[in-house]
Amino acid sequence: MEDLAAEAKADQMDSALKQKKNSSLWLDSLSRVVKSKTSLIGLIIISLLIIIAAFAPQIATHSPTDQSIINRYQAPSAEHWLGTDELGRDIFSRLVHGSRITIQIGVITVGISMIVGVFLGAVAGYFGRWVDQIIMRLIDIMMAFPSILLAIALVAVLGKSLTNAMIAVGIVGVPHFARIVRSTVLSVKETEYIEASRVIGAKNGRILFSHVLPNCLAPIIVQATLTIGTAILDAAGLSFLGLGAQPPLPEWGAMLSDGRSALQTAPWVVMFPGFAILLVVLGFNLLGDGLRDALDPRLKQ
Amino acid sequence: MLNYIIRRLVSLVPVVIGVSILAFSLMHLVPGDPARSILGEKATETQLEMLREELNLNDPLIVQYGNFMGKIATGDLGESIKSKESVAAEIGGRLPATIELTLFAMTIAVVVGVLAGVIAAVKQYSWFDNLSMSGALFGVSMPIFWLGLMMIWLFSVELNWLPPSGRLSNDIELTTVTNLYLLDSILTLNGEAFVDALKHLLMPGLALATIPMAIIARMTRSSMLEVMKQDYIRTANAKGLAGRLVVFQHALKNASLPVLTVIGLQFGFLLGGAVLTETIFSWPGVGRYVVDAILSRDYPVVQSTILIIAVIFVLVNLITDILYTLFDPRIKLD
Amino acid sequence: MKKKALWMLLTLFAMMVLVVAGCSSNDEANSEGDSDSQDTADSAEESSGGSDTFVFGRGADSEQLDPSKVTDGESIYVTNQIYDTLVRYEQEGTEVKPALASDWKTSEDGLKWTFQLRDDVKFHDGTDFTAEDVVFNFERWTEGAEYVYYGYMFGASEEDPGGIIEKVEATGDYEVTFTLSEPNAPFLNTLAMPPFGIASPDAIKKHGEDYFKNPVGTGPFVFEEWKQDDSITLSKNEDYFGETAKVDKVIFRVIPDNGARFMELQAGSIDAMNGMNPQDIQQAEEDDALQIIRRPSMNVSYMAMNTDKEGPLQDKKVRQAINLAIDKEKLLTLFEGIGKPAKNPMPPSLWGYNDEIEDYGYDVEKAKSLLAEAGYGDGMSLTLYTMSNPRPYLPQPKFAAQAIQEMLKEVNIEVEIVENEWDSHLSATENGEHDMAFLGWTGDNGDPDNFLYVLLDKDNAKKGSAGNIAFYKNDELHDILKKAQTELDQDKRSSLYKEAQEIIHEDAPWFPIAHTTPPLAVKKEVKNYIPHPTGSEPFNYLELN
Repeated sequence: MEDLAAEAKADQMDSALKQKKNSSLWLDSLSRVVKSKTSLIGLIIISLLIIIAAFAPQIATHSPTDQSIINRYQAPSAEHWLGTDELGRDIFSRLVHGSRITIQIGVITVGISMIVGVFLGAVAGYFGRWVDQIIMRLIDIMMAFPSILLAIALVAVLGKSLTNAMIAVGIVGVPHFARIVRSTVLSVKETEYIEASRVIGAKNGRILFSHVLPNCLAPIIVQATLTIGTAILDAAGLSFLGLGAQPPLPEWGAMLSDGRSALQTAPWVVMFPGFAILLVVLGFNLLGDGLRDALDPRLKQ
Repeated sequence: MLNYIIRRLVSLVPVVIGVSILAFSLMHLVPGDPARSILGEKATETQLEMLREELNLNDPLIVQYGNFMGKIATGDLGESIKSKESVAAEIGGRLPATIELTLFAMTIAVVVGVLAGVIAAVKQYSWFDNLSMSGALFGVSMPIFWLGLMMIWLFSVELNWLPPSGRLSNDIELTTVTNLYLLDSILTLNGEAFVDALKHLLMPGLALATIPMAIIARMTRSSMLEVMKQDYIRTANAKGLAGRLVVFQHALKNASLPVLTVIGLQFGFLLGGAVLTETIFSWPGVGRYVVDAILSRDYPVVQSTILIIAVIFVLVNLITDILYTLFDPRIKLD
Repeated sequence: MKKKALWMLLTLFAMMVLVVAGCSSNDEANSEGDSDSQDTADSAEESSGGSDTFVFGRGADSEQLDPSKVTDGESIYVTNQIYDTLVRYEQEGTEVKPALASDWKTSEDGLKWTFQLRDDVKFHDGTDFTAEDVVFNFERWTEGAEYVYYGYMFGASEEDPGGIIEKVEATGDYEVTFTLSEPNAPFLNTLAMPPFGIASPDAIKKHGEDYFKNPVGTGPFVFEEWKQDDSITLSKNEDYFGETAKVDKVIFRVIPDNGARFMELQAGSIDAMNGMNPQDIQQAEEDDALQIIRRPSMNVSYMAMNTDKEGPLQDKKVRQAINLAIDKEKLLTLFEGIGKPAKNPMPPSLWGYNDEIEDYGYDVEKAKSLLAEAGYGDGMSLTLYTMSNPRPYLPQPKFAAQAIQEMLKEVNIEVEIVENEWDSHLSATENGEHDMAFLGWTGDNGDPDNFLYVLLDKDNAKKGSAGNIAFYKNDELHDILKKAQTELDQDKRSSLYKEAQEIIHEDAPWFPIAHTTPPLAVKKEVKNYIPHPTGSEPFNYLELN
């Protein structure tokens, strides 16, 4: 069914591609994103996240790592807006500083998935034959694992750390990009102007990178935005299992996990980091939906 | 048709072999010493070395892989290093718990998701549409480990309505037939056990169902809308058939294809999601088991369990494909 | 307070849904499916399985029910109910009293031990217990490396499978004689350890490889059923030769998460539990239906400093400075009252404890000047290895590690925390990969040798299998500890151990953290729950009203 879906998508892409020749279309899309109410909300949430991350030291009311063991597990108050955690650290300030880590996770994991996935997908689609066979079998094997399980196994091999968790989640996301790019490339490479540049004698690499790939940009962007949300969730899940960020990093999943032992006495330690994760993922999903509708209405689910 | 299925099955062979190699090599790359993890802090170096020898951990990797695959071929999944129990028995004991949880979650997801999607599509732009679709947006963005904890906090700690862990209370007697407790209690007409098992299932089931439910609802709605715009539905409408009948007979049938695809895909997600859900709700299933095994480097367990999960996963995908072709004769079997 | 948090969350949620929906309907969340479950609380009250069943909740399943092959406390907890040893510990201490053996004597040179056995004991499978069965068990334990405790306590190895036990003979139907190769002061105490429970030879032969899940002993409870990762059920042994159990059934239930387990206890579906989150203790104390029972302390938790690794920790002054720079009292507030600060490597409940030693105390200025003297005034960075899971002697290692990280920052020491699963933590620290590392020890037989020699002697500082993970090597200390091992007079041994503790204090290979009293939460209607310092106890004295 994966194949069928991919082929169906490729068909759509083909026609979508023909419309997309001038840059005004991009502007057009952008204005459509802003006009859509839901994607606007997404855009606002993400902008807020970026602003908070940029001005974290100014916004935070306390240091994210300063402990005050005597004041541990304090309920939300005027002094500590969202209460304090197991070591008496200010949860609000930790969340604010943690926003930087969240952005980092989103960008790096999706960066890894995208670069590796696009490369593999493009090569497979463009060269076809045995190259395609090998790469796609590899992708099949990766997709035969539930993603979180593969990520856990990878972290177990690489060792626990935020970096390794990001690498693991990044690798797990590769197949999606590879498949999308491959099917787009398949449909693009038969078009007349690619044929034409080949006749002129352009090299494979040049054709691939300057003619074929730019045409895959729209689906890649949409996929990337939608993947950021999942990636943040997966990375937080790994941290929750103790496999991601290590102390004293104020990573949201890890904060939540550490608060678990006080669920009865101090539920706020668990409550707020989780809510922050939900909000940010929601933001990316809203924006992703909007982008998809705008960049290619026909791609709509 | 049969040809197609056979061809697909054959094409799975290299994938499964690849999975086995990947699972095997991943586990042997993990740093640490399984002998130490079995014998604990109080064992001497001699004891460790003897155990390594006994477990053939000193053989070259390729020999170990050969042994592993040779045994698999004869249906022997090996023995857990830690508990000495056969892996087949251990998985067999835990699989029903995972299957029950997954099926229950899938049922919630499909029933609620499809229903919400259909109503939302029929009453597009109504308050129900707005509310359910924004709810669905939250659903797909949900960190389920957090949702699980919040449910425990609300329903177990604050309200004391539902049990926070396990599958069945101690004092409930239940004759097991399938080891799916909910089903067993129906088969043996045991009302008390049914209510108890249901109470235990409710929170983990809902937590696990959240994301698929949201995705299915969104998918159903958009496919329905797509189909409803098409000419033949308009024609049917014009012919004066009652509105609802039109929608359900034509639209739903045609919208079922993409929905089916999503359901198939979500099964895979559930297998993964079970890892986190089982951890939070102390559910004695395969997900928790395999994570523990990965972390304690119980090679035979990890290799075999991952292999089995992957095979189940791949087979579910295959079944979805086959159903897909059955539902839509336009698709060529290729 | 909690209500407030709930309110805040719901409000936030509702606001978000409204904003996204862009319409003005009210909350609808969570309304489905829960309407008929209102009465769970009441039915849960009764669900401990009737008044004759005692349900014990714990965090992990047993690995095997053959005590001779395991080291995990969860296996021992269960086998302690099923098996008896030749002699057993007092209910509250580590003095020994008769069990399967009714009497014993030792030869002048301490090399021959003769035990008179009871003649009225039957195994659960109906076979009689005789001297031959004891011999069978001891011989079985010399058969391989999997009998971990035998090897560890009696010094067995591949070349010398029997260790210090040269011979075990049946010198009568109900008389067993042990011949040792050297005098061993703790021998009798060691025989009382649960791993040396006597199993039915018939059952071992019958079940072979599968014996570990079909245990047959002579103890107060008979094994009934084991559902993996879920529960183990035992029933009362009506013919027990000792105190017959007051409860009909014991169920050990596995609930991995500490918090969830405590909720089950509050809801009444289990009767007792171990492994509490420190945060839940106060909650339990305020609960009218619950009591907290603290296990007497026979353990120590510590942060070892690797004296073997090239670097600042080779310098005694640096190690002393670290001892001075950590505020132990503040650190222990994280234990929520389940630990007392430690100053020595062995617990105060043991004979030979040196109470005259004064702890370093918290003095940042002095620490700074010591560091400056040692040439590290500008600071340094060190790793701190910690385990990810709670241990009885260290309930929340991750929190303690972060607290120490923050305190050492004051004296310019940058600490990097390296967290590992339990077994990876053990192999990493035994290999000496760490600068500093958390670890702890629960006593096996109540002998100081079991702490000082095992944890700090140079014999045990071998890379790859070190019990001494500070890799602390002091010849003077070694001589003292060796002398104490073969000395049979307890007073003399006691003063030797006191001297040893002084040397250790001065060299500061450790930052000793705490001696904990691991808490058990138990329903009030459970009477006579007396926890034993070694970590588990038989349940035949328990009563439920």
